[in-house]
Amino acid sequence: MLCQRCNQKEANVHITKIINGVKTELHLCDECAKQSEDISMNFAFNFGMPMSFQNILDGFVEMLGSSSKAYEEEVCPVCKMSFNDFRNKGRMGCSRCYSTFAQKITPIIKRIHGNIEHTGKVPARTGGDLKLKRDIERLKEELKIAINKEEYERAAKLRDEIRNLESKLGNQRGE
Amino acid sequence: MAWFFSKSSDEGIVLTSRIRLARNIDNIPFPHLLDKENAKRVVDEVKSSILESNSAISNDFEVINLSDISLNEKMSMVEKHLISKDLINRSDISSVLINKDKNVSIMINEEDHIRLQVIYPGFKLKEAYELASRIDDLIEQRVNYAYDTKLGYLTSCPTNVGTGLRASVMLHLPALTITKNINNIINTINQVGLTIRGLYGEGSNALGNVYQISNQITLGLSEDEIINNLIAVTKKIVEKEKKAREMLLEKQSVELEDELYRALGILKYARSISTQESLELISKVRMGVEMGIIRDIQVDKLNELFVSVQPATLQLLEKRELNPKDRDIVRARLIREKLN
Repeated sequence: MLCQRCNQKEANVHITKIINGVKTELHLCDECAKQSEDISMNFAFNFGMPMSFQNILDGFVEMLGSSSKAYEEEVCPVCKMSFNDFRNKGRMGCSRCYSTFAQKITPIIKRIHGNIEHTGKVPARTGGDLKLKRDIERLKEELKIAINKEEYERAAKLRDEIRNLESKLGNQRGE
Repeated sequence: MAWFFSKSSDEGIVLTSRIRLARNIDNIPFPHLLDKENAKRVVDEVKSSILESNSAISNDFEVINLSDISLNEKMSMVEKHLISKDLINRSDISSVLINKDKNVSIMINEEDHIRLQVIYPGFKLKEAYELASRIDDLIEQRVNYAYDTKLGYLTSCPTNVGTGLRASVMLHLPALTITKNINNIINTINQVGLTIRGLYGEGSNALGNVYQISNQITLGLSEDEIINNLIAVTKKIVEKEKKAREMLLEKQSVELEDELYRALGILKYARSISTQESLELISKVRMGVEMGIIRDIQVDKLNELFVSVQPATLQLLEKRELNPKDRDIVRARLIREKLN
């Protein structure tokens, strides 16, 4: 079949459009298809293909407006993966990637789950430690604020709490 | 196979309850980037965390080396939902631990380092999670999990991050399918953070009117919340299926009876039958038995057939490789023997 636009080359792009139940068919060669305004090549080829996580991911990344040049600069120290590799594969390389690419991955996670705070199970051995450390950090922040505001009573309370947690952390490690 | 030999659950509509936890080891590349040496380290570490633990659980487990068994044996395990196709595709680096009851499998180096799965017959999501969580604790005594206080358990794909939990139920919904009400349900389910799929997961058809429903969101909700959501939605769907059956019985009882008995007739007398057709017909007969229309057949037999008519399991039962045409003949014979 010849291209319906130029009538010269073989048509190898076939488009079926159904708009409000009216079906129209269009048969074009690649060149005319590229120039055609009512279809971008991208659309023509992706249409009807199952949406993979990568497809969706790419959409997210584009929405965030990061330029692809920036991705190449950072490489995960453990698995040597770049953020660009993640874009292509839709898979992280290792657990460290989550902190290496924290800035870029956090908004993507938020879009997937609508949330970025884990509220579920905490692993008994490794997690308990982490949770304590995190709580201590948070309390220290609060302590700083309290001192700046000259709320000494509150600061004393926070100091005791921090000591308490720090001794717990020490005990856990000593076990 | 544990789940289909067991007595069907009180509902009959909920075939199985399944819990899957995704876990990874800290600072080791995820399986898709693993070289053989590191992959072996992961396999050894996870194996010993179970087999060398002091817990009574450890005596229950057996390691199955995927490179040592035939493709048919592997595929049969997929048909029984014990392992995934993804695990087979990585046979060179993957391994699996399976318990005696064949309802717990610990897949190593699938998409994540560890995919722990518990599958129970009937509607027992909470019980399944409890067991999964206990085994998870056991592994964690020795393995350093990739865990972040903010994001939770870190996984290869960000869609599993957080709890790493995929809870799912397998439902037999013939009446909702026949009455085409299933389409409404599919649309609604997607709006409440759950997803519905066919018998064999992503992209598969609802063979034999069996659907899988599972949570899509893994972060920001606790395990209990995820499971309770799924339980609540499942109860509603079961109710709808029952109502659809009642309606069919009320409004089209002769047509229904005719269709169900025709299904039974084909199963009893066919000389050659495909997997798809047999699953469709078994589904109808099963509904007939559950509704009290067909009386002289036990649900257990149908449940068993539901798995044994599938290609790899069928060939294992026959103890030989069969071409598709012969499979259809053997399948028809197997069904006749069971039902006559």
